[in-house]
Amino acid sequence: MSHTIAEKILKEHSSLKEISPGQFVDCDIDMIMVHEQLGGRIHLEYNKLGIDYIWDPDKVFFILDHWVPPPTISSAQMHQDARKFAEKYKITHNYGHQLDKGICHQVLPEMGFARPGMLIVGSDSHTTTYGAFNCLSTGIGATDVSVVFATGKLWFKVPESIKINLRGHFEKGVMAKDFILSLIGDISTKGALYKSLEFHGDGAKNLSIDSRMTITNMVVEAGAKFGIFLPDDRLKEWLAKRTSKQYRNVVPDEKAEYEQELSYELSEITPTVAKPSNPGNIAKVEEIEGIEIDQAFLGSCTNGRIEDLRIAAKILEGNKIHPKVRMIVTPASKEIYLQALKEGLLEIFLRANAIVTNSTCGACIGGHLGVLGPDEVCISSTNRNFKGRMGDPTSEIYLASPATVAASAINGSIKDPRGLI
Amino acid sequence: MDLIKGYAYILGDDISTDDIVPSHTLTMRDSNEMVKHTLEFIDPYFSKNVDRGNIIFAGENFGTGSSREEAVHVFKLLGVKAVVARSFARIYFRNLINNGIPAISLNWDLNQVAKEDVIEISLLKGLIINKSQNSTFNFEKIPEFLMDILENGGVINQLKKILK
Repeated sequence: MSHTIAEKILKEHSSLKEISPGQFVDCDIDMIMVHEQLGGRIHLEYNKLGIDYIWDPDKVFFILDHWVPPPTISSAQMHQDARKFAEKYKITHNYGHQLDKGICHQVLPEMGFARPGMLIVGSDSHTTTYGAFNCLSTGIGATDVSVVFATGKLWFKVPESIKINLRGHFEKGVMAKDFILSLIGDISTKGALYKSLEFHGDGAKNLSIDSRMTITNMVVEAGAKFGIFLPDDRLKEWLAKRTSKQYRNVVPDEKAEYEQELSYELSEITPTVAKPSNPGNIAKVEEIEGIEIDQAFLGSCTNGRIEDLRIAAKILEGNKIHPKVRMIVTPASKEIYLQALKEGLLEIFLRANAIVTNSTCGACIGGHLGVLGPDEVCISSTNRNFKGRMGDPTSEIYLASPATVAASAINGSIKDPRGLI
Repeated sequence: MDLIKGYAYILGDDISTDDIVPSHTLTMRDSNEMVKHTLEFIDPYFSKNVDRGNIIFAGENFGTGSSREEAVHVFKLLGVKAVVARSFARIYFRNLINNGIPAISLNWDLNQVAKEDVIEISLLKGLIINKSQNSTFNFEKIPEFLMDILENGGVINQLKKILK
């Protein structure tokens, strides 16, 4: 039988000889990522089991990123609880004390833990990000994390797959974020519920790893279980710098069956936003130009990577942020922070009057370092614009690309970045 | 776990886990404090009146967004007995079942169920009775292995037995 990538990887991690969409399968987990949730519901649920071990501490990756460094006493306590658990169960990849490292979905791949063919789960819905590395990865809740900690296994419903053919290149000033927002707009926030999105074509090959991560990061906003890219030389090169571990590329069979196929000419994508208060509320930037903003946020697991900072710096260089706007730049990891420092990007941000923060999820979840007040409007490179997501429930968030965020920050209102680059 | 009796509470499409448990409450250490904020941006009185609205009827993509299981835990603490939705976000679906709360997929609409309608659900029969409107609905039964989790009152209880 012919298989999609998701079917192949799930089959290889199960004891079954054949699987098909709709079937329930028990799979062995290669790696599990946990963050603050370890000090939230996970440790509370796991302690109920009354066992003194984790199935395989070498397969657990623990990092703190949401409230880093802790802005409140209660978040500091959450960190303490998480660290206590990690030490008690002797988690091998324990970065609970290294609050300088960055956001989980950036750091885990940087350290070479996401490799082709793997099956990875994490206590965060944006765990889908690692699909950029030709592995299957998805988010789970605290009780499912407990199941994996205890048994190393988890059940999955084998998903149907949607094939997405990408062709060509983006125009200048258009980014992967504009594409994924367009896709969510086209298929809706429930368009890929329970499904696996497979990205094919020369357009996919043309995308940088950073861009692929932006796309797989946000597939969950269309409801997807997995978002996955095919392996290629670009991925091979990226991995060669990060890991010496062996891996096996996974490509779909030629006759693999897809529930549907969609095609996109990347040159036809234009700057796109998600209007308040749903990631599926899509509009073209040119249609909504002129909406005044109070804050411009550049960062997060979606768009805090080096190519994001580079394009924003290019737009901001020699300019000043609008006097009534605050711009906050949060690199997704320390590695990116250091690279941006080396390239002089941070100086460009600072001279443009932006605030540069440490790596954290802080602003995206309304935690700290960018919380919105009543009625404030933010243009943000993050992934969710739900009511109250970044602060007061009357505040409004427009999700956009780093280029649109930077152009809008200078302008004081939402602005199409094409023509500024 | 078979017969469930309660009162309907109505919610729309794309209700996110941010709606159910706003981020600003996530670091609260006292769950009893956290539950007071359940759905606060949509209905500040939800937690107070939950006894008159303990079976949720929601639209598409219920529980979209973050994997935060607090968004199910608060329902459990408040005594929400079941969630009926046109569709569920996948992590939320798993979290409901894992916490022993039935997640029922059903194409229903606002003409068929109203707030505080008296509802009876039989999980084994795959049947919902709306006593207030004298109507019944059939739903696709929950798979047996998930029913087993529900019968155990959640996946943690089930796992405890298996590990013994």
